[in-house]
Amino acid sequence: MEKLLGEFSIGLFFWQTVLFLALLFLLRKFAWKPILNAVNDREEGIKNALDSAEQAKREMENLQADNQKLLKEARAEREEMLKEAREIKNKMIDDAKEEAREEAGKLIAQAQASIQTEKKAAIAELKSQVANLSIEIAEKVVREELSNKDKQVKLVESMLGEATLN
Amino acid sequence: MQRKITIKALTLVFLLISFVSYASEDTQKGDLKTEIKAYIQHHLEDSYDFSLTSYTNDQGEKVYWGFPLPVILWDNGLKVFSSSKFHHGKTVAEVDGNFYKVYHTKIYKTDAEGTINYDAEKHPTNAKPLDFSITKNVVVIFLVGLLMFLLFRGLASSYSKNNGIAKGAGRIFEPIILYIRDDIAIPNIGEKKYRKYMPYLLTVFFFVWFINMLGLTPLGVNVTNSISVTVALALITFLITNFTGTKDYWKHIFDPLGDTMPWYAKIPLYIILIPIEVLGIFIKPFSLLIRLYANIKAGHIVMMSLIGLMFIFKSWLGSPLSFGLAFAISLIELLVALLQAYIFTMLSALYFGFAAEEHDHHEEAHAH
Repeated sequence: MEKLLGEFSIGLFFWQTVLFLALLFLLRKFAWKPILNAVNDREEGIKNALDSAEQAKREMENLQADNQKLLKEARAEREEMLKEAREIKNKMIDDAKEEAREEAGKLIAQAQASIQTEKKAAIAELKSQVANLSIEIAEKVVREELSNKDKQVKLVESMLGEATLN
Repeated sequence: MQRKITIKALTLVFLLISFVSYASEDTQKGDLKTEIKAYIQHHLEDSYDFSLTSYTNDQGEKVYWGFPLPVILWDNGLKVFSSSKFHHGKTVAEVDGNFYKVYHTKIYKTDAEGTINYDAEKHPTNAKPLDFSITKNVVVIFLVGLLMFLLFRGLASSYSKNNGIAKGAGRIFEPIILYIRDDIAIPNIGEKKYRKYMPYLLTVFFFVWFINMLGLTPLGVNVTNSISVTVALALITFLITNFTGTKDYWKHIFDPLGDTMPWYAKIPLYIILIPIEVLGIFIKPFSLLIRLYANIKAGHIVMMSLIGLMFIFKSWLGSPLSFGLAFAISLIELLVALLQAYIFTMLSALYFGFAAEEHDHHEEAHAH
């Protein structure tokens, strides 16, 4: 301890204190403050850049999600439209078929009706011709037969009897 | 490129100086061991002139390489004169009718013949004038300060010039500055208050480191092994610690137990506790100054002794062996130079952390 005290030099202590304090204040003003500020600024800048990059990434992801959604919607809409179109097509075909069937039915009915009338007319004509023919035949037969009185009466009787059949 | 060449040339000059300074020992006459011991002693001491080396010429005179420095004394008025008047301690300097002589690196007031009176324990009893001389150590402190100022000023201005990116020689120190901030200041002092202490921590770290490193060059400078220097540094740490101490810091010293027990129970405890705590305020910086001083001094003594051994052995086995040892020790000393700077800074930060700490007592009470 005594040796330590003996070694202690007030002059060196004085100069060390003065020079060191001067150095401390000079460096604080001209070196440490600007250095630490610059380093802090830089670190903050890096942090901000990272943050904004992160944000950009998130926005990008959002955008992509939106796109995906839009695409999905579009696809769904297309499906819908296609489905609708298909339905319309089917309906149209069905309607057309129905109409055609109806038309055909109508035509057939008309044809049947006209056939029926034609047939009736033909039958009526045939009947009248058959009646005429019969009358002619009957006239001829009657003319011959009526030459005989008995025979005339017999004929009338048989004819009357026959007439009730028709 | 130019710079690289300059650095190489400087290194070469240093190497040559070291060669000259150590080789000169060999030409000394007389008892080599005493010579070496005296040389080491001399190396560890401050001196009034800046001599890099000395040797004895053919006429048997000691020749010094270096230059004298101003001696500033306060002895009934300011006395300033050149240290060349002492002729390296051999002669008495006469200034304004007063006579001064250097004895064991201290200036004593003597008579015209330079007689020094001793007391029973062989201590000089002559009057000592107040000595504010610009000694070798003062010059080195100033040079290191200048170097640091230029270096870090350059680093600071390179940030604004290069858009926030360091350029130049100072760039090497940027990671160290960040290390001191992130691993010394912030963990010990805390995110909120560390800024205030950063300039001191950075200055003291680089100052101690640079000056320790300079002590390892063969220039023969040796500053941090002067107790005066370490006292000054530790005193600043002490003053900063106690002047920035918060209410909690003082409360911790004078009322360490707080509200944990009633006041009458605390009295007998505090008779012992408070003196211990108060003593602690002084012991902390004292340990700082002794640690730095002792480490650097011991390192220098060991290294120089090993170098001295080379000249004592003078054999094909001993000299290379002590050279190898000296080399190994000098590598360790390189580490010690940094380590001591780190420890000084680290402990200062720790003490500042104690001083700046502010706990929330309510929260703490809840935690218990």
